[in-house]
Amino acid sequence: MHKDLVRLARGRHLYVCLLAAVAAGLLVLVQAELLAGLLSGAPLIVQGAALAGVLATVIASRAGLVWIQGVFAARTATALKLTLRNRLLAHLHRQAPGGGADRRSGELVTLTGRGLDSLDPYITGYLPQAAVAAVIPVAVLIRLTVADLATAVIVLLTLPLIPIFGALVGWQTKVATERQWHALTRLGGHFLDVVQGLPTLRVFGRARHQATVIRSVADAHRSATMATLRIAFLSSLVLELVATLSLALVAVPVGLRLLAGSLDLHTALLVLILAPEAYVPLRVLGLRFHAAMEGVAAADQAFAALAPSSGGEQPGDTAPGSGQPAAAVTPRIGRAYGESAATGVPPEPGRIRFEAVTVRFPGRAEPALDEVHLAVEPGECVALVGPSGAGKSTLLHLLLGFARPAEGRILIDGVDLAALAEDRWRRELAFVPQNPHLFATTIAENIRLGSPDAPLDAVREAAVAAHADEFVSRLPHGYDTELGERGLGLSAGQRQRIALARAFLRDAPILLLDEPTARLDGRSEAAVVDAARKLTRGRTSLIVAHRPAILGIADRIVRVDQGRIVTAAPGPADSPLLRSM
Amino acid sequence: MAAAPTEIAKLLVRGGLLPRLTWAALAGAAAELAGLGLIAAAAWLIARAAQQPELAALTVAIVAVRAFAITKGIFRYGERLTGHDVALRAQSEVRGRLYDALVPARADRRGGDVLSRMVGDADAVQDLLVRVLLPALAALVTGVVAVVLSLALLPSAGAVLTVGLVVAGILVPLSTAAAARRAAVRLAPARGELAERSADLIHGAPDLMAYGASERALSAASEVGARLGRLERSAARVSGAGLAASMLVQGLTVVGVALLAIGAGVGQVATAVLALTSLVAFEPVLPLAAAGERFAGIGTALGRLRSVLATPPALREPERPAAMPPTPLTVEIDDIRVRHRPEGPPALDGVSLRLAPGRRTALIGPSGAGKSTLLAALMRFLDPESGSIRINGVDIAELSGDDVRAGIRGLTQDAYVFHASLRDNLRLAGPEATEAELTEAVRRARLLPFVERTGWETVMGGDGATMSGGQRQRLALARVLLADPAVVVLDEPTEALDSETADRLLDDLLTATEGRTTLMVTHRLHGLDRVDEIVVLDAGRVVQRGSHDDLLAAPGYYRDLWESERLTARHDA
Repeated sequence: MHKDLVRLARGRHLYVCLLAAVAAGLLVLVQAELLAGLLSGAPLIVQGAALAGVLATVIASRAGLVWIQGVFAARTATALKLTLRNRLLAHLHRQAPGGGADRRSGELVTLTGRGLDSLDPYITGYLPQAAVAAVIPVAVLIRLTVADLATAVIVLLTLPLIPIFGALVGWQTKVATERQWHALTRLGGHFLDVVQGLPTLRVFGRARHQATVIRSVADAHRSATMATLRIAFLSSLVLELVATLSLALVAVPVGLRLLAGSLDLHTALLVLILAPEAYVPLRVLGLRFHAAMEGVAAADQAFAALAPSSGGEQPGDTAPGSGQPAAAVTPRIGRAYGESAATGVPPEPGRIRFEAVTVRFPGRAEPALDEVHLAVEPGECVALVGPSGAGKSTLLHLLLGFARPAEGRILIDGVDLAALAEDRWRRELAFVPQNPHLFATTIAENIRLGSPDAPLDAVREAAVAAHADEFVSRLPHGYDTELGERGLGLSAGQRQRIALARAFLRDAPILLLDEPTARLDGRSEAAVVDAARKLTRGRTSLIVAHRPAILGIADRIVRVDQGRIVTAAPGPADSPLLRSM
Repeated sequence: MAAAPTEIAKLLVRGGLLPRLTWAALAGAAAELAGLGLIAAAAWLIARAAQQPELAALTVAIVAVRAFAITKGIFRYGERLTGHDVALRAQSEVRGRLYDALVPARADRRGGDVLSRMVGDADAVQDLLVRVLLPALAALVTGVVAVVLSLALLPSAGAVLTVGLVVAGILVPLSTAAAARRAAVRLAPARGELAERSADLIHGAPDLMAYGASERALSAASEVGARLGRLERSAARVSGAGLAASMLVQGLTVVGVALLAIGAGVGQVATAVLALTSLVAFEPVLPLAAAGERFAGIGTALGRLRSVLATPPALREPERPAAMPPTPLTVEIDDIRVRHRPEGPPALDGVSLRLAPGRRTALIGPSGAGKSTLLAALMRFLDPESGSIRINGVDIAELSGDDVRAGIRGLTQDAYVFHASLRDNLRLAGPEATEAELTEAVRRARLLPFVERTGWETVMGGDGATMSGGQRQRLALARVLLADPAVVVLDEPTEALDSETADRLLDDLLTATEGRTTLMVTHRLHGLDRVDEIVVLDAGRVVQRGSHDDLLAAPGYYRDLWESERLTARHDA
């Protein structure tokens, strides 16, 4: 039983599902009783056609209960998946900018989709069957004890063999399976590996040759798998034998006692129909358990991802805005869109001060930032340069609230950043990350990310300023062009320009750019630099840069190395600092 | 989709799998029949014993009960083993055929996820055999035997049983399959949308948080999740109804058979045998409702697979390929035009180029200009719509693709590191190469320090040792040097490398290709003063050509790019 999962699944729908499953199981007993009566002609409360009618009603009720069980199991499963998925997404979303999730992010997306879907067999199959297996064998045993003690004893003695053998053989199988598992996945993965590398094989004329390799590897895969299965299927052989031999053990003595006249036909038939029903729930439970294993693995993965210990203390773990001294001291908060249009008077920029700020990341001995002091005056544009991993991006992440200082503080217009309500403070920021994400929606909606109510004219104006309009307006659907996997793919330069348009439309007093021209060719770079120059005008800006062209727009260049600020010099590109780089 | 069964049948016949499949089906049927026999013999034994005959009259039944009890499990074990063996053989056959279909060059580039789905689709065959076909066959045999037995005892009971089995074993599975297909049509897009929203939330987290759009995005994802849940619940209502209907039919059939038997006065023994045989005959039939649902998914997978197998290769290989001209090779590209889609704009629009022995040519231009397309045409991965490519005067359309690529090959953008040892990863470019040649190739690709540190036998890729982008490209370069083609092509060898690494690699590349016929696509101009000719492509046309100095003298794309790069180059100065 997966405790976390069951706790989350608990609720009215689960109880209805379990009750229906158990009730349907109990009706099997009634059905056996009535069928034995019908076949033996023994005197029951009703007889003949009336008895058949009652039997039909019982059968219909059982079918109805099975349907109810299925419907409510699905309700439980879908509700559980929705809750778990929403929690996972919210948690992963908050953790993602803190870094570290990059390599595993594809895996995590799969977990929220197909991964959680594999919980279905656990909730809809295993849990109800567990309830049935707990109740029905006992009920059958009680009925058999009343009907015929000798049979009950045989069943009672053989019934535990199923879980015992199941566990024994299952344990044996597990050892053998685990030994094989690694080899199997490698062989199975071989095919995908070869298919993915096919273009390379073609270039070197080795593609045809690999066809024979694929077949021989598949053969090796098969023999290895069969060796495992020969042992694995022994478990079902044993379980099947226990059930069928028990039936023979019951039927033959019953026949002999009928012959001796010490048993009546009704009881004998009842025993014959009922005895197998004692074994069925346990055997089905075993099968469902195997089917549910994948779901258990997914659940473990999901709860591990949700566990607060994963990835250490993350700044985003508290819900945005909660648990903070929500003193609404941010200057100019609550500006609605349009209060200062993109081309109008720029909003008053803020003054930023880092005071002895130290940042540590879990699992790393060296601090990412080490007692950094930095002041950025209102309207000033500061470029941050330095080798990768020096802590440049971390400075931006501090302002964005993706990272928190371990020591020291950050002052915004004299107010401690920690005292500001996060979501309201972020309204003062426009951010262009190193690799901006474009969402699977229209270009216009992508530009509107931070200003959902902006009219199309404003979107276009921002795009013009960001040099994005020149390619967007040439697309057949213009600003309504869908982006993303099924939509249009954009080049790196085009993506940067869309992200800059976002920042123009956001029209915030503080601008944060993280390597906006990395990976761009010269012409895209020129366009992005020009757009960034316009954007920084009248705004307090911090730009992480490593290409000279973008440094030209900075008032001051600050060099960061190993978490410390090593030099600060007046910009722009003709500074001695730049030449020394 | 409807053709899937015939496809499978063809596959089974070609793979020589029919005998094994027959054995598996027979074992499965035998197991079900043993179950049927067990309950029929037990019912007969008990009902007959109640009439208190001589003990001798019961001995056959007693032996039968015991025999059936033992054989059922053994037959089942045999069925599962042979069934899985056939399934794995079929899987290997399908993989082989899929691979054969993928080997000829194709114009479309498939992403890794499409490939892995394709591999998953190929595995659906296994599911089809083990979870659908074999259980259905066993159910069919059991049903027929039960019906024959019933007809022999009481024709009317046999008729009722036939109707019940047809409804539960054929009609219900057919409708659950149809319902599952209908549900899939609505579920698949919802699942896709959810995956998209989840990816946006995780990959786009910095953007969303910085712009205060997190709550909006989270609630949008939750809404899609809720919609998916509603669709899943309605699918569950239908599939639950399938199982319930089968159980209802089973119960009513048994009651009907019992009433008919009692009414006909066939006696208690026959009545018990008839009723209990009917009850058990449904056992293998009930799971078919779920198998029908599963079949819908498998059918979709097989349909996708079939369309892959049926897609004709992008280009025609000549029936009788001409002999490859001897080296040195002169390649003349004459006014070629290439379209990726018939209705689309041309990717190459009248490009001419001459690669003379020993001369090095660089191809530059903005992304989408047609540079990689030109290389693909040169390596005979696609046929030009018009114009020709000739090697020493022979049109490459008359040569086999493998022959062309033996002469013209090199470093492609998708250079792949296989999950194999470093040695095998290199050796694929020269299966006959000696140790000394391997070492020489990595030395000249400046990968020797890495190889010495890592070891030749270390497994790369997958869960093996990882290589940096630069090391990957150097491995690819070592492959080219080992293969030693007459004409070397290099497609964006410095893509995705930082500028320092890129410039070092370019220097090494230019040194390594000294005196070789070379065509290099690049987006960095570093070192291009060392090549003989530079060709600038834009929108599928040659817009500028000449030496480095010629191009710097004229305004245009090349000079713009050079100026911008010179600004960047200060970085290293």
